[in-house]
Order: sequence, then structure tokens, then C-alpha cells
Amino acid sequence: MFAFRRRCAMTRPSKAKIMGKNLYQKVWDEHAVGTLADGRTQLFIGTHLIHEVTSPQAFGMLRDLDLKVKYPSRTFATVDHIVPTDNQQRPFADPLADAMITELRKNVDEFGITYFDLASGMQGIVHVVGPEQGITQPGTTIACGDSHTATHGAFGAIAFGIGTTQVRDVLATQTIAMEEMKVRRINVNGKLGPGVYAKDVALHIIRLLGANGGIGYAYEYGGSTFDGFTMEERMTVCNMSIEGGARCGYVNPDATTFEFLRNRPYSPKNGEWDEAEERWLSYASDADAEYDDVVNIDAAEIEPTVTWGISPDQGVAISESIPDPAEAKNAVERASILEALEYMKLPAGAPIKGTHVDVAFIGSCTNGRLSDFREVARYLKGRKVADGVKALAVPGSQITAVICKKEGLDQIFIDAGFEWREAGCSMCLAMNPDKLQGDQLCASSSNRNFKGRQGSATGRTVLMSPLMVAAAAIEGKIADAREVFSVN
Amino acid sequence: MSIPSITQVSGTAVFVPGADIDTDRIIPARYLRCVTFDDLAEGLFRDVRTDPEGNSCNHPLDDPRFEGASIMLSGPNFGCGSSREHAPQAIRRAGFDAIIAESFAEIFFGNSTGLGMPCVCASAEEIQAIADAVEANPKLEVIIDLESMTASYGDVSIAVTMPKTAREALLSARWDPIQELLDNGGAIEARAEALPYV
Repeated sequence: MFAFRRRCAMTRPSKAKIMGKNLYQKVWDEHAVGTLADGRTQLFIGTHLIHEVTSPQAFGMLRDLDLKVKYPSRTFATVDHIVPTDNQQRPFADPLADAMITELRKNVDEFGITYFDLASGMQGIVHVVGPEQGITQPGTTIACGDSHTATHGAFGAIAFGIGTTQVRDVLATQTIAMEEMKVRRINVNGKLGPGVYAKDVALHIIRLLGANGGIGYAYEYGGSTFDGFTMEERMTVCNMSIEGGARCGYVNPDATTFEFLRNRPYSPKNGEWDEAEERWLSYASDADAEYDDVVNIDAAEIEPTVTWGISPDQGVAISESIPDPAEAKNAVERASILEALEYMKLPAGAPIKGTHVDVAFIGSCTNGRLSDFREVARYLKGRKVADGVKALAVPGSQITAVICKKEGLDQIFIDAGFEWREAGCSMCLAMNPDKLQGDQLCASSSNRNFKGRQGSATGRTVLMSPLMVAAAAIEGKIADAREVFSVN
Repeated sequence: MSIPSITQVSGTAVFVPGADIDTDRIIPARYLRCVTFDDLAEGLFRDVRTDPEGNSCNHPLDDPRFEGASIMLSGPNFGCGSSREHAPQAIRRAGFDAIIAESFAEIFFGNSTGLGMPCVCASAEEIQAIADAVEANPKLEVIIDLESMTASYGDVSIAVTMPKTAREALLSARWDPIQELLDNGGAIEARAEALPYV
């Protein structure tokens, strides 16, 4: 069915033919204010999320231009990137970090913006907080000065990262100038094997389509695997759309979406709920919707996947070996393998399994949610982190941390030898004190394995699912979690 | 607010080779601990320019032959990763006016256009040819012309590409869209009114 569409779907349906629309087109059309002189669309942003790193300059620009925030109630702030995850006593040990949080407080107060601050009990990584509060809703447009904003697409929203000048634009006008994207439907069908997670699906897709494969596209994820996914699993995959080059990724809203949103603080209330559900469902892609491209993936082919290089598309299944530049398809690929292996200090052609690990990190907007800690805790009980491995568990939000504590999950991590920290972005990008030292190798549940990403210019990152991180922490080396924990 | 139209960028060039050069590499996260963009130039490509002991890594940006270059040349998927506008801001504040690469990550491209810094695409071979010419003569002037969508140097001229809307925005002095966005205040309010959830 999709193969047929793929051949005929390179252009949008003409007006004479009445064809269905996909979610992206429906939401885009509903939010288009008009066409600008340069041909771009002026797009209304329903929900704007801000944090301390990419917003201060935007507020500075507003002041320079003597502008106000047009719809203060449509912007929500939290603090995540720079917060220490151990000692959060103010002032922070890092005066620059403290200045940023002070600046955010000043800005939200001056412009009347809701702020989930450290004292609120609702602070956390912005992409965990939005869904948790029910702010993230289907059929909306969501922008944030953060590339992982695609996470919110899991709810059937068009959500994408923007730069700081665009943060200014949203604050001042609730709109941005934007070009419409193409839409690629990615079907994953079938049942994932035991010990294979949404993270593996994300890493597999990126490996398959490349780190730049999604440029110009929004990714619509579907198929029976996604139908069966929880919201947290959908968020994990949507989160990493940008690692595949797609600024935006989404899943059509369904009963799973609605169940997650029910009774959240910002969700529609009882009297409005039925109408909201009906409306949300109407945004889902029509059965005869057209796509600019379609990709089909069999879930059974996906293994626990880990990266070996310095780009998220440099991944292998845990049973595979590190690529050998001698087997590269061309000179460009050879050069990129060589550059990656030199940086990663990994031997060409050797199995990835068994690679020595110094640090283990479970957290981030990709995999720092309740279900991630619950799943790892199931297997971690009674196990110990290997000598010499520093293991960090960082909940994605204060609410996640509270529930983990209530369920005793924090103690399971602590007993196993993990440091259980306060909520924040932490070692995903190491803007706070959580950093790799020297060329330490980190088994990480985060989203980027770029050179220097985790705070040391020579630090090395291997991306994987949270359970694979736990397996690596216990073994002191990259391991197959299915074997370490007898997952079957 | 009046901004200039950008029709042509000219200057000497420097080649920063590599595929998938991400914004963490362009500006490491520790340089984002700031509330203005003023001091970002120092962080530009910092961790691939200086090793942890403080020694120079002989990065092209530190090669005295290319000092004063205002056009950066690079590979595919330039500016991927984080949406941090700090990346194009750092490039801009280090004196660059344009980038020629095989392709650009979308958010980086938009951020750069918004700063009036054109990002144009050429093939790997064409970029290598410019890099070779610049290597042979670092004082060679490279001219990017957005009217004709060409890059010329010496007696060579190649076609470059850029999305039509960005080109139009630069040529018509609309690359910073704020005024036009503000001018449509009535239409914004009408749209907000029509949206069921706003």
C-alpha cells in the first residue's frame, strides 16, 4: 500500500482530487497566519517553552526593541540545563550558572510568565515538564529554544526547536517565519524482542536514514510498534528525530495519548474533556493521507543498538563489530570512520561488546522518565555497579524524582552503587558540574555522542537504552543487557 | 527598524573540513553559560583548536595565512545538533559573513539567515576546488552573489544554492522578520481567536 503511495506522492494532491491530509498539514494549515513577503509562512505558536540557556538574549532583544510579550500565558519556563544535580543551594557554586537562573527569574517576573522553578516541585527538563503538566497537547504547535522539542510530537503536536532570535519572535508576536516541511512516514511494524526498547528503535532509524536523512522533513512515526508504545516510549523516539536531521517528529494521537493527558494540571477539565478528545482525534492523519516519502521497518530486525562513533548515525547492534574503514563503501565514509575511531580510541573490526566503560549515565530528555527508572530498577535489584565505574541516575523532573522515591526506586539505584541525583539535563550536555574527565568513556542513555558533548574535550560517549547503560555499569564494559539480566 | 539587504558577500575564505560538524563542536556548551552573545567568538571551535593542555591543534582558524577570512567552507550537514544560536553568533562575531557547505542542518540554517549570514550549498568537489585555490593563494577573494546565485574566485564561477525564501529574505532586507511579524498583529489575533485551544 505504502509502496504505491511512495511512487505517486511526490507532489501534494491537486484541488481537483480530494485526498486526505496528514497531521502535519492539518496542524500547519490551522496555525498559518499568512504568507510573508519572502514566501515563508507566518506560523502561530500555540505553546512556547523556555529555559535559562536560550532565552536571556531573547528578552534582551525585546527590551532593546521596546517590545512586550504578546501572550504571556502561552509561554512556560523552567530551568534545566545549568542546574547542579547534587548541591542546589543558592547561590550555585558556578557564578555564571547562578547569573543565568537569576536572569530567568527577572525575565519571567517582568513579563508575567509561568515559571516552574526549583522551589516549585514541578521543575525539570523542559521536555519532561511539558507533558507531565499536560501543557503538551495534540493538534498544537509547540516551539522551544531547544532542538529536542520534537519530543512533544509524541502527542500529535507539531513541535520543533528554534533559535534565540526566534524565541524573541515568539515572545513578541506568538509567531515565527517558517517554511513548510515535507513529511516522511516511518512505519515500524511488529513486536520488539525482549530487551529491545524505544531507544533502540530511535538509534536504528537514525542509523538507517542517516544523521542528515531528515533535513527538510517532519517524521511521522506509525505502525503497530508505535500503536503499542506508551507515551513515554513515543517521546523517546520523537525526541531523537533531530539526531536524524528531522526538526520535527510526531505520532498520531490516540487513546494512549488521551489516557496520559487525563487529569494533568493543564489538561482540559471534566466538562471540556470529551470535546477535547474528539477534536484531538480529528488531527490524526487521514487513512488516505499522502506523504512525501515512506519507510517501512520490521521491529523484529531491531536489536539493542549502541553507537561507536561521534555522530548518532554511527551505531551498531550489540552483536555487531565496530566498523572497519577498510570495508568502507567510499572515501568519504572511510574518512568519517577513521575520524570517529581515532577520537573514540576504539579498534576497527573488534566487537563493540566488551569495550571498557568509566561512567554510566541514566537520564536526559530522551530517557530520564519514570518508566525508564522503573524498567531499570526491575533488573537492578541486588546487583552492583562494577568497581571503578561512576554511575549517575538523574530523574528528568522533580515529579519523576518524587514518584521514584515513593516507589523505592531511588534506593534500588543507590544500593546498586548509582549516585541518585536531583532533576536536570546533567551529563547529557554537561553545562552543570556533571562532566566526564579526560577521555573517560560513558555509557549514556542521552541523545548525542558528539566530540566533547559530555563536558570533556576528549570524553567519549556511547549511546544506548537505559537498561543497556545499567548492564554496562554492572559489567564495567559494554554488554548485552539481555545476557546480563537474563531478559527473555 | 531598518536592516540592509544582502546581495553579495566577498572576502577571503578558510576551509574547515569535516562531515556533520555539530553545534557543540562549533561552540562547546560551557561557553553557553552567559546571558548575552557578546563574548562568544573566543569559544568558536575551541575544543578542536586547543588541546586540554592548552597547545594549539593547528586548526585552520588558527593558521595565520587565513587570518581575516570572512567566508567559511565546510562539509555536509554543517551545524547539526543543538539549536543553540550561540553557534552562528560565534561564527558571525569571529568575523564571518557567509558559509559555503555541502548542506546545512535546518535550525542552524534558519538561525544564520536570521543574522543576515548567508549559508549557500555547493558540491563536495566544488568546495574542495575552492579550498585548493585558497590553499594555493590564501589572499584569494571569494565572492558570493545572491542575485546570480554564484560563488566566484579567480576566473572560476560556480552555481550555489539556497532555499528560495531565504534568498528572497536576504535580498529584500527581510532576513530579520520581526517588523513584518509585528505588522500582522491583527491577523495574529484573528488566528488566535479561531484556534480552539488558545
